[in-house]
Amino acid sequence: MKKRILKLCATAAGIAVGLMASTASAATTLETVKARGKLICGVSMSTPGFATADTKGHMQGFDVDVCRAVASAVFGDPEKVDFVLTNINTRFQALQSGEIDMLSRQTTHTFSREVSLGLDFGPTVFYDGQGLMVPKSLGVNSAKELTDAAICTLPGTTTAQNLSDFFRSIGGKFELVVFENPDENRNAFFSGRCEAISSDRSDLASIRAVANNPDDYVVLPETISKEPLAPSVRQNDSNWRDIVSWSVWMLMAAEERGITQANVDEMAKSEDPEIQRMLGVSEELGKMLNLDNKWGYNIVKGVGNYGEVFERNLGTKTALGLTRGPNTRWSEGGLLYAPPFR
Amino acid sequence: MSLFYDTRIRAFLYQTIAIGAVVFVAWAMFSTASANLAKQDIATGFGFLARQAGFVITETAIAYEPTDTFGRAILVGIANTVKVSALAVLFGTILGVLVGIGRLSHNPVLSRLMLAYIEALRNVPLLLYLLLWYSLIISVFPPVRQAIEMLPGVFLSNSGLVMPAMRWASGFEALLVALIVGIAAAVVIERILARRRIATGKETPVATIATLAFLVPLAATSLLADISVSLDIPELGRFRLTGGYHVRPEFVALLIGLTLSASANVAEIVRAGIQAVSKGQWEAATALGLPRSRTLKLVILPQALRIIVPPLTNTYLTVFKNSSLAIAIGYPDLVMVSNTIMNQTGQAIEAIAIFMAVYLGLSILISLVMNWYNARVALRER
Repeated sequence: MKKRILKLCATAAGIAVGLMASTASAATTLETVKARGKLICGVSMSTPGFATADTKGHMQGFDVDVCRAVASAVFGDPEKVDFVLTNINTRFQALQSGEIDMLSRQTTHTFSREVSLGLDFGPTVFYDGQGLMVPKSLGVNSAKELTDAAICTLPGTTTAQNLSDFFRSIGGKFELVVFENPDENRNAFFSGRCEAISSDRSDLASIRAVANNPDDYVVLPETISKEPLAPSVRQNDSNWRDIVSWSVWMLMAAEERGITQANVDEMAKSEDPEIQRMLGVSEELGKMLNLDNKWGYNIVKGVGNYGEVFERNLGTKTALGLTRGPNTRWSEGGLLYAPPFR
Repeated sequence: MSLFYDTRIRAFLYQTIAIGAVVFVAWAMFSTASANLAKQDIATGFGFLARQAGFVITETAIAYEPTDTFGRAILVGIANTVKVSALAVLFGTILGVLVGIGRLSHNPVLSRLMLAYIEALRNVPLLLYLLLWYSLIISVFPPVRQAIEMLPGVFLSNSGLVMPAMRWASGFEALLVALIVGIAAAVVIERILARRRIATGKETPVATIATLAFLVPLAATSLLADISVSLDIPELGRFRLTGGYHVRPEFVALLIGLTLSASANVAEIVRAGIQAVSKGQWEAATALGLPRSRTLKLVILPQALRIIVPPLTNTYLTVFKNSSLAIAIGYPDLVMVSNTIMNQTGQAIEAIAIFMAVYLGLSILISLVMNWYNARVALRER
């Protein structure tokens, strides 16, 4: 009898110890990623232009290429990355729990997320803003005319709240219809359950791209919020955060310096000291990040520069047909401004 | 040592140890989770409940504005969950009893039809049906600007059914009291008359008297009290119908889905319950000259209820829990509201703890009510 009691106590203690043990902090993210031989990156589920699988199951998109840039920096190979499809509600938990190494999922950088969710944001990769799209046949020219309309959205922090704030500011009311699943959300809008659909403007472009006749829909001029989309990592791992941040800045700086996927080998022979530092020809920037010194070369060789990534996934020749807008170099009136590589 | 061999002391000891182990494990989990959250700088605690929610909920069973608190938003979610599950349980039971009896019909067409109904509903996941009903509603009915006006002021479109609403200026409470008094009076009179009939064998027109007892207080109140009602008739605005009472397609699709799936389960439970009553009961009732319908009502169903009630509790619990599939079709139930809150505050553990506690609490409540009812209909030994 005593034995059984002892066993019971032992089991309980075992469970408790097991729980405690899981708190012990593991290696740094970079060490974990290197040991695994692969980066695990959280992206969105089927958003054309940002993260979709092609017919062969190969992931592509703007967010996907940000992950590939980091994989190139770490391994010199843009394919050494596994993608985890995260939904809007679980994306931060996936990062917090260590299921993914970084999150690159059209996520808006906000104060409360950075301060209370235990994560750090990298540089903004896409300056977006929330807009509204309506059928042309509705004859609406401004979001302010949409008082009393029904608006379809996905559940999420900023989207529903911005709409509430916008309509409160113009003293109107609206009917909010919220869907968990992007497909249901689109279908409800296309079949006329809602007069308007609201999301980030980039996302509206991808919704419009899948309509039977995209020309029947128009995105209204108002941008009702600022949505700087940025990748994020777990807090308190500054080496890893530096790697993600500077990989993104490398994309931007490469465009500034005219380094492309095609001419990167040639540029490596350049006499320009900053280009030499970026591509790992001189000095040891890569080693300072605990990476291969040719990390910058690998990023551009792997995915190209920011402009190439943008045009390939979102640009005017794609189904989304987005213009660069604010997502262009500072020297051309845009908001992209990479700090100097020195 | 002899103390240890005392059964009572030993039992007490074991129980203490067992409870202690459970408490210890719970405490360990709680403290580990809090320590981990603190280490990752993730906010904890329930303080967020008092903060302003700031998001719109369109379907609200209780009053709610975006300026209300997160706590209030959760209450709205609970009310929406309870509303749709209670109606689904009610309609599902009525429909299920009819289908279950139809399943036992001697008419082969009817019984096969009911079998097909049950099998079709039981063997496909509810989520698929919900998506089906919802897609049907929003693609079959016209957009709201071409709404069908079924009756003056009643519009049907893919944004749901809109009908005139009554806005009470005064006299609502008086009428409500009269209604409750009327129902109570009717029930009491029905009981008394039934007892009298059993005692004396004299038939009285129970239905007529009970109806009168129900109507008299209502009639009296409407004559004596100051009642003023205005009709709020929906009007076609630029985009939608404004005013009136809206029944939204998300609610209807969810209600239909839950009702039908409940009815299929209830039907099988009812059929099993009826078939479990021994054949001799039917034969005895027939021998006494009771027609089939009265045999069912007076002899078979009361006995079948004893078998039916416990599995019925299960079905009701399932309906209640399945209502959380609402999130797929955009009905703002407890889960959807909690998800939005989770997304806004990032406090997933707290939000999930709240909705688990609510589901657990309400499920236990349903079980208690059903157990009480079960005890009432159970076979009583005299």
